[in-house]
Amino acid sequence: MSAPLGYLTAAGNRAHTILPLTWFTLAISIAVCVVIALCLLGALRRGGLRRWPVDMRTVPVARGGAGLRWIGIGVALSAIPLLAILVWTMQALAAAGPLRGRAALTVDVTARQWWWEVRYDADTPAQTFLTANEIHIPVGRPVRVRLHGGDVIHSFWVPQLSGKTDAIPGRTNDTWLQADQPGRYGGQCSEYCGAQHAHMGLEVVADPPAAFEAWRTAQLRPAPAPTSAALMHGAAVVEYRCGACHELRGTQAGALAGPDLTHLASRARIAAGVLPNNAGALAEWIQYAQRVKPGTLMPDQNLDGADLSDVVAYLGTLR
Amino acid sequence: MKAADMRVPEVGTATPELRRRLDEIWKTGPGIAGFLGTVDHKKIGIRYIVTAFAFLLLGGIEALLMRLQLIGPDLKLLTPDQYNVLFSTHGMTMIFLYAAPILSGFSNYLFPLLLGNRDMAFPRLNALSYWIYLAAGIFLYVGFLTGHGPNDGWFNYVPYSERDFNPGLNQDFYSLGMVLLGISTTVGAANFIVTLLRMRAPGMSINRLPIMTWGTLTASAANLVVVPSVSLAFLLLWLDRQFGTQFFRSAGGGQPLLWQHLFWLFGHPWVYAIVLPAMGMVSDGLPVFCRRPLVGYSLVALSTVATMILGFGVWVHHMFATGLPGLGLSFFSAASIVITFPSAVAVFAWLATIWTGRPVVTTAFLYFSSMILMFVIGGVSGVMTASVPVDWQLTDTYFVVAHIHYVLIGINLFPVLGAAHFWFPKMTGRFMDERLGKWSFWLVFAGFNIAFLPMHLTGLLGMPRRIYTYGPEMHWTALNTITTCGSFILALGILLFLVNVLRSRRHGRVAPANPWDASTLEWSVSSPPPEYNFAVIPTVASRHPLWEDRLQEEQATSSLDRGMLLDRGKEVVTTTPLDAEPDLILEMPGDTTAPFWLTVGLSLLFIGLLLRVVSLAAGGGVLTALAILVWLWPRRALREREPAHG
Repeated sequence: MSAPLGYLTAAGNRAHTILPLTWFTLAISIAVCVVIALCLLGALRRGGLRRWPVDMRTVPVARGGAGLRWIGIGVALSAIPLLAILVWTMQALAAAGPLRGRAALTVDVTARQWWWEVRYDADTPAQTFLTANEIHIPVGRPVRVRLHGGDVIHSFWVPQLSGKTDAIPGRTNDTWLQADQPGRYGGQCSEYCGAQHAHMGLEVVADPPAAFEAWRTAQLRPAPAPTSAALMHGAAVVEYRCGACHELRGTQAGALAGPDLTHLASRARIAAGVLPNNAGALAEWIQYAQRVKPGTLMPDQNLDGADLSDVVAYLGTLR
Repeated sequence: MKAADMRVPEVGTATPELRRRLDEIWKTGPGIAGFLGTVDHKKIGIRYIVTAFAFLLLGGIEALLMRLQLIGPDLKLLTPDQYNVLFSTHGMTMIFLYAAPILSGFSNYLFPLLLGNRDMAFPRLNALSYWIYLAAGIFLYVGFLTGHGPNDGWFNYVPYSERDFNPGLNQDFYSLGMVLLGISTTVGAANFIVTLLRMRAPGMSINRLPIMTWGTLTASAANLVVVPSVSLAFLLLWLDRQFGTQFFRSAGGGQPLLWQHLFWLFGHPWVYAIVLPAMGMVSDGLPVFCRRPLVGYSLVALSTVATMILGFGVWVHHMFATGLPGLGLSFFSAASIVITFPSAVAVFAWLATIWTGRPVVTTAFLYFSSMILMFVIGGVSGVMTASVPVDWQLTDTYFVVAHIHYVLIGINLFPVLGAAHFWFPKMTGRFMDERLGKWSFWLVFAGFNIAFLPMHLTGLLGMPRRIYTYGPEMHWTALNTITTCGSFILALGILLFLVNVLRSRRHGRVAPANPWDASTLEWSVSSPPPEYNFAVIPTVASRHPLWEDRLQEEQATSSLDRGMLLDRGKEVVTTTPLDAEPDLILEMPGDTTAPFWLTVGLSLLFIGLLLRVVSLAAGGGVLTALAILVWLWPRRALREREPAHG
């Protein structure tokens, strides 16, 4: 099953702990339903069904049959799988619960309507940077994710790596991820959070350690300087228009209301997963954000043709 | 007590003369005053049922609109805001305006008939409970129809419902409407409890109660305890919104999680409150068609109570992903698994009843027996969500949506539809059409399972709940298309049921007093019952008064034709809570429009609060106070008398 958000496939430590228990409870559930269905059918056949209309008084009323034994045996039998589920649950809870031991990396994720702000903190400010909606982690290492609620409650969920943890304003919730294999793992907000709850995706990218370090080094750099007149014009428009809400490190654009755009072009998707990151989609998003994602805080920009193409070209250079 | 207040009630048999006299005493007055003033529990019960069914239809239409939006990927039939208001209103409607009130309706109609008495303990409170329910329903739907429906799901998490993110009147309608509805639930619950404990026929001791009354007693007790929690939560939310208090706002030191605790402290017991009486319907109805008493009566009655007690200790299983400490999670996980046991008792009792019985297949039987399987499916998926780590994946996906629908449709709607077929002859004096009934049953059964069984898989494939659309790359399209088709089949079944009700009410085959040859007291009176229910108060000697001739091992003989006459006024007998020894003769209050005017006053008060119009709120408050004054004005006729025992 290749559903991007399906959790019947696991690709990370915690998901691996949970998945067998999910299969176990699912199998028991199905077995119980089948057994009960068979009992029900058996009971109906055994009694010899009488079809309405019948004169009810002609069907004798009587007690009899070892009915109580049904309850005793049935409840006793139910206890076995329930006890097994309980024990396994406690064990899995300990294994998939809070991270024991040191995390290789800590990422601060602030959930906002309707995108994810991602902060890679470090001891020195120069090593700290912001990005959005795409979280890179080194493969095979436990990564601690500190969740903050930026406005309303959201829930952080990357099914193939781990279960859900809510991001709640006023408190910090801890979760952790560890991916087995390099790859891209889809995630999604899973607590209803308003108009665009449906379009609040994220992606976790698990990189081999060297690739991860390279990515981090690249992200620490300021936005690349424009190299042509058209790009310079694009950069100016971006600073003036986009800078009201967005940050591009190394430029005048320094607002934090929207996602950090310093290395926008390094990300695979835009608008929290709604669109792929290419020139056409960028232009659509900039001009018609309200049509693509009605209710988003990003207003339609109504740029004229030349401005738009320069802006899109400039954003495309932000690797 | 003064000797003058003592009285030995006359004992006799029902004569036409007695019936005529009782009719005169108990009948509802004519005209609009009679309509607004009636305190007849049967009329109020039917009003409840009709109103709740109307809300079921509204909630169903909302669901169909959502299903059309989700039939394929990236559809734009509804805007995100419309979709969000629809799913919130659908939840509010089904859970608060249909599922509980429909059971109140049946219980209201049936309680005195099942218990062998002439009325509920507080007939006027009963009328008030209905009027406020109606007013709250209208209040909430006025919000919806003027574009201010709830938009944060039925459990309405803060801070999204706070003014900062939700500036419209939507949440004010929802908050105040829920507080208003809470008054109805609370007074109704108090009435059921007192009625059950004090208003039974002599001899109907606590171990002879029909299981449905056990369910309603338990649910009502729970409601009295937990409804204050949700009313408080909504009041605090409204204060946050209107007066800048900071109960739930983290910026001002409030706690968003406080809302979740207050809500689920109510919300989970409420789930049991809307299924236990319905399970009781099955426990009482199924044996009639299996031609034998319920297997394990005492165990089923005790497990009903046990479910509710355990039900107070599981609310945190709605909050496993909120980052609570592991110890708490373990406790609530274990409690949620343990609560399966009392449910298992009921399931096996029903199975054994069919197994050891001689089933007669009527539409009601089909609903009651198929419900067992729906219950088990909803139950096992509940166990899955009780396992914390599994729930971290399942929660807030369509798996949970499938689960809640198996619980609510399987354990509430199926029994209710069965109960409608079962008690329709009692209520109207006519049978529902069985052919049409079976057609509608199979449509409901097939449609429901086509819609909701595949939805478990939709959830396992990761579809989050409450999203207004999805992309084609998510692999959810086929499953959603199937679900939408199933939902329309289900709707067609409900439509056929409605047609059947409307047609049978006028043209159905005429039903005798006991059309199913059932065993409990309501079947000993004519169909439909007279306004006074029982011409003479029966004396009960067993759990199955109408089957005593055939259940030979019960030597008991209930006295149905001969008993207290109580014909000097609108009189009923009260009995002791456990053994049902006759205790007092009560003169019951007559028709009055005070509950109606109280409701009008309260509604004006709430509209005034909603719109922040002080004069309107004050006027409503004065009218409320006046109605209470008239209501409570002491009257000599209503004093109590004590009968001699024996």
